[in-house]
Amino acid sequence: MPEGAFPATRYSVLSRMRDEDPGVRREALSAIVEAYWKPAYKHIRLKWKASPDEARDLTQTFFASLLERELLSRYDPGKAAFRTYLRTCIDGVVANERKSASRVKRGGESQIVSLDFQQAESEVALTAAEPVEEVFYREWQRQMFSLAVEDLRRHCEQTGRQVRFLLFERYDLAAGEGPSYEALAAEFRIPVTAVTNHMAWARRELRRCLWARLAVITSGEPELSAEASRLMGRP
Amino acid sequence: MSYLPDDVVRRLQSVVELPDLTGTRYELLGEIGRGGMGAVYLVRDRELERNAALKVAGSLDSEARLMAALEHPGIVPVYDAGVLPDGRAFYVMRFVEGRRLDEYCRETPNLAERLRVFQKVCDAVSFAHSRGVIHRDLTPRNIMAGPFGEVFVLDWGVARSGQARESPGLVVGTPDYMPPEQAAGDSHQSTVASDVYALGAVLASVLGPAAPKPLGAIVRQACQSNPADRYAEVQALNREITRYLELEPVLAYRESWRERLGRFAGKNRTLLLLLGAYLAVKVLLYFFRPN
Ligand SMILES: Nc1ncnc2c1ncn2[C@@H]1O[C@H](COP(=O)(O)OP(=O)(O)O)[C@@H](O)[C@H]1O
Ligand SMILES: [Mg+2]
Repeated sequence: MPEGAFPATRYSVLSRMRDEDPGVRREALSAIVEAYWKPAYKHIRLKWKASPDEARDLTQTFFASLLERELLSRYDPGKAAFRTYLRTCIDGVVANERKSASRVKRGGESQIVSLDFQQAESEVALTAAEPVEEVFYREWQRQMFSLAVEDLRRHCEQTGRQVRFLLFERYDLAAGEGPSYEALAAEFRIPVTAVTNHMAWARRELRRCLWARLAVITSGEPELSAEASRLMGRP
Repeated sequence: MSYLPDDVVRRLQSVVELPDLTGTRYELLGEIGRGGMGAVYLVRDRELERNAALKVAGSLDSEARLMAALEHPGIVPVYDAGVLPDGRAFYVMRFVEGRRLDEYCRETPNLAERLRVFQKVCDAVSFAHSRGVIHRDLTPRNIMAGPFGEVFVLDWGVARSGQARESPGLVVGTPDYMPPEQAAGDSHQSTVASDVYALGAVLASVLGPAAPKPLGAIVRQACQSNPADRYAEVQALNREITRYLELEPVLAYRESWRERLGRFAGKNRTLLLLLGAYLAVKVLLYFFRPN
């Protein structure tokens, strides 16, 4: 795939969710689930003060309801970002489920995707609960970056560029102040210019991975650019 | 998948946007500022051995062309433009060593000094208008004031030149400084009057909370919600500031006779002092005249 060009941007997330081909539909849904399941779970936990069990069920119910066509058909890309719409839908699902007092407990059979809720739960403790209205947005940013870092790791492994990922990991993923380029050059026994070049490459690739992830959960321009800005933390 | 803590997410947000300058004449020194559209970086131009500011300009490079066409001492000169390896456009401009207008105003207690800086902003915007360019995002954050009285209007990212067309419904600008017609998404209707409105809002921020009444009246006139009620052009607003500074009556303000006297006294201070001295001598001479 040439840099800067993402074939998926030609199709909006909506049209892919409604494609004739079930394979396309499945891929579209899994892109949405990957990007949003943790934000959804944490949002339900913190905003709706749901217990871990209830939050897990509600998260599953929400993604199951996305498969029903009318929920998606109500989305108007001209009005809001898909992300904003999803959040509104989650709130709707939670309110609905809680209203129906005699609601049938959904067990494993309604599970449409298998997700590591235990890991998500362990992250809830690390999540700033205030302001609660921002949990969904901030966790979406975190999840998108996490996915892109994993994509980058995989890409480096598949193309024999593990050193580049190691450098990137040591420098950009370091908690607190990382080592200097000079220190990394000495440690990896390569010139400082090589460190500079590898880092520039890794960041460019990370950016590409991020945009590819974003492209499959938006409806093309102008939403893609607007969401890219939001992802970078700009208003 | 490992958990990315907040500070790592923030770091990644800034590093993925860092321009990759390998193979260019520029060396990245750091980030200068961030706005709605992208970031501005301090770079070293190795060929000319000087620093410059490099802005990554979204997907459109029209901003650079538009600025390059506006050669005026109040508009930052563009040195170079190009495309990054990832496809984003960038341009290089003079690095302005100064402060943003909002910071400058906080640190400059002298009102007349601040007003003269504001007048230079008016000159630059008015020049752009004479070339058919509307800025559309005039805010204190998009204006820089240098230590030697230089003033630069930056960020022509959403500016529009006369010929350009765009879809209605697009909202551009910054809320507190945006005229109602622009906020309503009638951006295709942005005219000289939209910039006059924004300049009125900028003036209000230059004045601060305790503005003299005539200046307050100038702000109100510039910020009328009906474009037709505002100053017809930027220089009309500018001339009002000149009138105020020269203690002439301001058109936007009906002054009371007291205020008029006060202004007269201020304006003719030397004359009044001379007159007073003359009278004092007269009185002294009257009492001490040797008979
Ligand atoms: N030429 C320059 N010299 C020095 N600082 C600059 C220059 N251009 C921009 N800046 C700083 O960067 C900030 C963002 O630049 P701006 O052009 O307004 O970007 P945006 O379109 O993102 O708002 C400005 O507020 C200013 O502080
Ligand atoms: Mg700006």
